[in-house]
Amino acid sequence: MADVNTIKKEFTPVTYDPQYILMVNELKKHFPIKSGMVARTIGHVKAVDGVTFNLRRGTTMGLVGESGCGKTTTGRTILRLSGEKTGGQVLFNGKEVYDLSNKEMRAMRTKMQIIFQDPFSSLSPRLPVGEIIGEAVREHGLAAKGEFDDYIDRIMDHCGLQPFHKDRYPHEFSGGQRQRICIARALALNPEFVVCDEPVSALDVSIQAQIINLLKDLQEKYKLTYLFISHDLSVVEHISDTVGVMYLGNLVEYGDTKDIFNNPLHPYTKALFSAIPIPDPDAKMNRIVLEGSIPSPANPPSGCKFHTRCANCMAKCKEVAPEQKEIEPGHYVVCHLYDDV
Amino acid sequence: MAKNKPEGYLTAKESRKISKENRRITNQFEKQRKRKNVPESEYTTTMHNADNAVEFDDLHTYFFTDAGTVKSVDGVSFEVPIGKTVGVVGESGCGKSVTSLSLMQLIQRPQGQIVEGEIRLNLGDGKAYNIAKTPNEKMMKLRGNYVSMIFQEPMTSLNPVFRIGEQVDEVISLHDEEGKSKEAIKEKTIELLKMVGIANSEGVYQMYPHELSGGMRQRVMIAMALACSPRIIIADEPTTALDVTIQAQILDLLRHLKDKINSSIMLITHDLGVIAEMADYVVVMYAGRVVEKGTVREIFSNPCHPYTIGLMASKPVVGKQVDRLYSIPGKVPNPVNMPDYCYYKDRCEMCVERCTGEYPGEISLSPTHKVSCYRFYDGKGEK
Repeated sequence: MADVNTIKKEFTPVTYDPQYILMVNELKKHFPIKSGMVARTIGHVKAVDGVTFNLRRGTTMGLVGESGCGKTTTGRTILRLSGEKTGGQVLFNGKEVYDLSNKEMRAMRTKMQIIFQDPFSSLSPRLPVGEIIGEAVREHGLAAKGEFDDYIDRIMDHCGLQPFHKDRYPHEFSGGQRQRICIARALALNPEFVVCDEPVSALDVSIQAQIINLLKDLQEKYKLTYLFISHDLSVVEHISDTVGVMYLGNLVEYGDTKDIFNNPLHPYTKALFSAIPIPDPDAKMNRIVLEGSIPSPANPPSGCKFHTRCANCMAKCKEVAPEQKEIEPGHYVVCHLYDDV
Repeated sequence: MAKNKPEGYLTAKESRKISKENRRITNQFEKQRKRKNVPESEYTTTMHNADNAVEFDDLHTYFFTDAGTVKSVDGVSFEVPIGKTVGVVGESGCGKSVTSLSLMQLIQRPQGQIVEGEIRLNLGDGKAYNIAKTPNEKMMKLRGNYVSMIFQEPMTSLNPVFRIGEQVDEVISLHDEEGKSKEAIKEKTIELLKMVGIANSEGVYQMYPHELSGGMRQRVMIAMALACSPRIIIADEPTTALDVTIQAQILDLLRHLKDKINSSIMLITHDLGVIAEMADYVVVMYAGRVVEKGTVREIFSNPCHPYTIGLMASKPVVGKQVDRLYSIPGKVPNPVNMPDYCYYKDRCEMCVERCTGEYPGEISLSPTHKVSCYRFYDGKGEK
């Protein structure tokens, strides 16, 4: 465990800035690979390897990247859902999430919620919908006993569900309605911050639009802050105020949605955006096709992790890992191409 | 206490009655199918147009379930020309997959049956078979050699207990009529794996599916589908489970290979972006029917059916800022009790007076562009 201790010291702590609801600084999450009879640790999968961003109150940040790049782990690590972090800081409203005691954490949980990807497996098939939504409300004592039913009805109404749905079971609902149940479950606790982990990727296009509109409406109504994880770039562009692009556990580019989409700087972002199919048969395709697939996060390439697939690879990229650099105000990129700018 | 019965509720008695009736119907179909030595004349037909690889003509595929008859495909007609790509779009449950499975005769029998209509498959030299009536033993020869399919989920459609090599070998040894030796088959497999862009093809030959990533597995699926150079490839959502960057690679590969073996592709997807990029013709399906079809330019520059318009408006597009996405109100009607008027009427915002009438027929807006909507009837009411 020696390497873990050294990693812990490798960042400069940030101080709390009240305009940000969430400050993530050099967050790291490594999973041990165990092997052999005595389950010796033979290496680490570096799922999240130094992610830094700040999230302003009431805004949405999109997190995009290929599967396996650590988007979901980032979301879960921020919520302290996957054990201890390996390094870095997560400040939620100025408090380090990982320093809270169990009791404090329990109270904090109502403030930060998650909507999972697959509405078909994230709902208990044995509980009626009213109980799925209300369980945590009762547990945290958010509504008085007499008002409990009204409270649930109101939440369900806001999420587009009817009161008579309360006694039904999840299998009686379609995909879109199940996702509404998941949203209602998260919102019932009156959170400030919601991690949406690919909430629309399992849904049809027309249902997708309904859910995205619902999420936007609820954001206005409850002044929510979202971390929106998705691999669908068009959805992310539509819903987000800022976007972070992840590659192999690192945030390679981060900035306002407009800046990122109009002026992508990192070669990976450029390739990713050029791969989006445009629904116009006359559109000109200027596609940058990335060769090969994403390298193993257990044994990432040296230097810049993207250098094995990068079209602009230089000698320096193979040895020295680039630093995060602010190119325009609020637009950060991690690439040696911009060292001199 | 009279409890409100939910829509579609059946008593046990009603359900038994339906089951009995279903068995009677499906037994009839099965009897037809199970005859031995069916004369070839019974399923030989002629193509209406020799340039088409496949013609779907008024296809009806029904599922006889205990809750009632589900008309999954209810009168679908379109053509797939040789060497072209036809994109089929629609929401889940609209019958796109069932249409393609009908062509492969892979419908779950006995509940699922092609009850009416023809699927004419062009075998070349002026010969054509009507797939709807082709007996099973003949069908086994057609699958792989003439029609083959790339399935949606590469994760689940490869057998986890066999090596990649064995699975591809099997396809070749079953469908290749030349009777190759084992070594020749292995050589062919490795060549195929190379063709679909797997660099380490010898290594992958020895691997199990779980050792490969999603994109690689999809490549193996494509290699299996292309093993015998089929005339028509059905790609059922080939990229839905993949990342955008991998999707771009796979689409490039499909396009490239299609030209190489000069076959047609029937591309089933719900991603309009993929359609715009790949397809020459587009077929839009809704609730088991074709609501609009035409060339890709006609559909994208001049979408006419309200459903097509809604579908296009509901997908966010990169570079186009909208404040609020359009979402189609309501939901797809219950497939057991379809209304007798236009299926889209209850969700449609462009209804005209005549929409209360029976389901609208097909109107030609141009020789290739056809739409089923009363908005384009100008007193003619042509079929």
